[in-house]
Amino acid sequence: MFSAGEESLLHQAREIQDEELQRFCSRVSKLLQEDLGPATVDALQRLFLIISATKYVRRLEKTCVDLLQATLSLPTCSEQVQVLCAAILREMSPSDSLTLSCDHTQTPHQLSLVASVLLAQGDRREEVRRVSQHVFTVLESRQPEGPNLRPLLPVLSRVMGLAPGTLQEDQATLLSKRLVDWLRYARVQQGVPHSGGFFSTPRARQPGPITEVDGAVASDFFTVLSTGQHFTEDQWLNVQAFSMLQAWLLLSGPKGPGLPDAEDKSELEGSTLSVLSAASAGRQLLPQERLREVAFQYCKRLIEQSNRRALRKGDSDLQKACLVEAVRVLDVLCRQDPSFLYRSLSCLKALRGQLGQDPGSERALLPLAQFFLNHGAAAAVDSEAIYQHLFTRLPSERFYSPMLAFEVTRFCRNNLPLFDPQLLGLLKLSFPNLFKLLAWNSPPLTAEFVALLPALVDASTAVEMLHSLLDLPCLTAALDLHLRSSQTPSERPLWDPSLRTPGSLEAFRDPQLQPLFHYLLRTKASGSTERLVPLYQLLQPMAGCARVAQCAQAVPTLLQAFFSTVTQVADGALTNQLALLVLERSDALYHVPQYQAHVHRVLSSQFLALCKQKPSLVLELARELLELVGSVSNIQSRAGMFTCVVWAIGEYLSVTCDRRCTVELINKFFEALEALLFEVTQSRPSADLPWCPPQVVTVLMTTLTKLASRSQDLIPRVSLFLSKMRTLGQNPATSSVYREEDAEAIRTRATELRALLRMPSVAQFVLSPSAEVCQPRYHRDTNTALPLALRTVSRLVEREAGLLPG
Amino acid sequence: MVHAFLIHTLRTPNAEATGFCRVLYSCVFGAEKSPDDPRPHGAERDRLLRKEQILAVARQVESMCQLQQLASGRPSLDLQTQICDEPVPLHESPHGVFGLAAGDPFREPHTVVWLGVLSLGFALVLDAHDNLLLAESTLRLLARLLLDHLRLLTPGSSLLLRADHVEGVLSRFLPHGQLLFLNDQFVQALEKEFSASWPR
Repeated sequence: MFSAGEESLLHQAREIQDEELQRFCSRVSKLLQEDLGPATVDALQRLFLIISATKYVRRLEKTCVDLLQATLSLPTCSEQVQVLCAAILREMSPSDSLTLSCDHTQTPHQLSLVASVLLAQGDRREEVRRVSQHVFTVLESRQPEGPNLRPLLPVLSRVMGLAPGTLQEDQATLLSKRLVDWLRYARVQQGVPHSGGFFSTPRARQPGPITEVDGAVASDFFTVLSTGQHFTEDQWLNVQAFSMLQAWLLLSGPKGPGLPDAEDKSELEGSTLSVLSAASAGRQLLPQERLREVAFQYCKRLIEQSNRRALRKGDSDLQKACLVEAVRVLDVLCRQDPSFLYRSLSCLKALRGQLGQDPGSERALLPLAQFFLNHGAAAAVDSEAIYQHLFTRLPSERFYSPMLAFEVTRFCRNNLPLFDPQLLGLLKLSFPNLFKLLAWNSPPLTAEFVALLPALVDASTAVEMLHSLLDLPCLTAALDLHLRSSQTPSERPLWDPSLRTPGSLEAFRDPQLQPLFHYLLRTKASGSTERLVPLYQLLQPMAGCARVAQCAQAVPTLLQAFFSTVTQVADGALTNQLALLVLERSDALYHVPQYQAHVHRVLSSQFLALCKQKPSLVLELARELLELVGSVSNIQSRAGMFTCVVWAIGEYLSVTCDRRCTVELINKFFEALEALLFEVTQSRPSADLPWCPPQVVTVLMTTLTKLASRSQDLIPRVSLFLSKMRTLGQNPATSSVYREEDAEAIRTRATELRALLRMPSVAQFVLSPSAEVCQPRYHRDTNTALPLALRTVSRLVEREAGLLPG
Repeated sequence: MVHAFLIHTLRTPNAEATGFCRVLYSCVFGAEKSPDDPRPHGAERDRLLRKEQILAVARQVESMCQLQQLASGRPSLDLQTQICDEPVPLHESPHGVFGLAAGDPFREPHTVVWLGVLSLGFALVLDAHDNLLLAESTLRLLARLLLDHLRLLTPGSSLLLRADHVEGVLSRFLPHGQLLFLNDQFVQALEKEFSASWPR
């Protein structure tokens, strides 16, 4: 639909030169002065495109800009032209060349247009306050039922949002009073149609009553869920008033910014008679309190009205949105005035039962949970069931709804400070369920989960969580199969219909594999881990699925977030477990293209981080590490990981890192590594050389040298081996495996290491430096700096030599 | 309240990466004030920033939409041009929501609700505490009204030179970015008003 024609139109609009633009401006000015018909509309539409098409400023002639501004205040002018003028001025904003003001506007509609331009200036010259003043002037001068106040309320709402501090107390009071009128006292008869038309009878039909969404006659005052054929002005204002109600309550409440508290209010708020409201105390309510009372009545009525079965789908959707809003407003009311709590609870009790019956009604579960989170303690209500529903049922039943998934995640993220230990514990245990939301909707939710993950990490579930994170793409595949097997054919498929996987679907239904799938799709942390390796093969056809691939791309980021948190809470034993897990799982991953490579990169760096945090790790996991380096096949399956492990052995297998390190242990590792290096570099007549990346060869050589520098009996063996490396790449067997540049690099390294080993104590200093040597201070401090010491010693030796005869 | 509304182009996920994501229409309701910044901002710089913020949102929406299309296995189905006047089944169109962190690209954190219809993307940038359900239905309503009124499905029609129609729809259904709780009858009444003022 975005055709070449449109592309070229945009291009022209962007490329128009200044001269041509000025000529066009003159034309527009002429048209604005003479005739405000279709030609003007056309020209203004083009001008709008020219201004808005580029992010750089377009300079218009002053006359043109002045005329655009003047047109906004013309008494007789078509809406189309005025809207275009306002739009052009707004698109130019912020701009210093505007001289627009509200003073010349003649109708509220014009005021709204002018306000849209002024509010876009970024409040450089107090435009927001001036607009606000003007609107209130108009508001004060008219009766509540006056015509055409409709355009003004949204302006007020926007002004409040931009600059809450600009409202004065008397203005706030006026607005609260008017809101009360509009919300509570809108008439319950339908409006009369505007024009009777040529054939209408003189005796106009009596307007009928307003109806509810299910067709019944309205049972109480007018609300947004009341319908009719024609609406009166105050009914429109009712809709707008409710639409801005929550924002206004928040702004003007006792904790709202910028508005002073009335002294009388504090008496009531500190009152311990929380069951009695101010009304029953027999005192005249302040406007703000009256508004709250009316707001409460309105919300109560909306909740009742949401029960009715709407005749139209649009109304049914609105009922759900109203329910959400009503609960949110009740939440605000109870925060501002605890006396509403008792009445709100009885309102909401009925609601709790209904939620979850009707699909689409679960969206109201979130504000309800928020309400109980904020007020549950004060109300002494057991809201356990709600949270269970939220964390346990909702994600597993409706993970495929992107809106719900986002809202649940946001709820968890925003409310973490409010969760008490019990609820936080429940949240942490529910992580497998929450991961379903992430697995299905990874692009929008990855950032949210990176923020949420630190709160979910717990020492008792860390191992299980790491397994779950690594198996996240597997979870995506399983969820897809779950949907395929549970949805009826008539429903619109939620899974990917372009992928046909009969084999995987059969596997999903196979009773022998049920326990594994059941584990994968569990809703609570089970405390134990299951190896899902049998599933990887069976789910292989699904690895090409786009959703699985998207999830796989998100995993490395999540792993980083996980490790950065877990290292702070892990004790020694857990660190060992995690390191082992990293080693073990690097070979057991679901085969999504490129997944393995990315995960290996993260796992390798995290393994090193774990070693750095706990240097004795290498020693404590000696047995497993020896097994790992004992077999050449490990090099081929996970070269990156292997390199890190060998490097870690070289770094951390020493007495300085752990006193329990013995010479035997060093020798054992030495022999294993030496045998491995032999296998990959020395050609034998019986077999071909196994493939091995050159980095592995060099790290093996370096590590062997490091170990030899610590257990100096091994030095002759290493030197001998390194000298054999001089022939690497120079015979047919090795030159077919190693490229010339790589073989050259290996040979050079071997020579360097041999040279180093000729001075054993220097080798030890360089390859196994003690902790102080690694501090920069060691090298800068004149008392300890090595180069200085060497220079001093050599000068002394020379001088001594000079003093000796001969 | 809604911070901004935008309409932009959506390219098919598998297309050769030709062309750019173009913002066809955008409206920022009110402007963020930056009170703590000591430098005197040029007005032009502010405008440039605003435009770039909107473009950043449009690009993110496009990529989210493409990813969702790929994941649901319908990369090109919705992007075929529909020549007939059948109403587009909006409830089946790809839609979603994602968050924008503070500073990226707006100063305050925001939430974006988006809807993809054929090759057009519609998006609302919301404050963090808006009623998401209402925003969704408002966005669907705006998309339907614009598609119907501007006949955007017929080939050759475009909204580039008809921004006033978009402004007219917004001024009634999302005035100054205020989300309205409109039941069906109110919507119909507003539609009639709009059609009367704006000849097709």
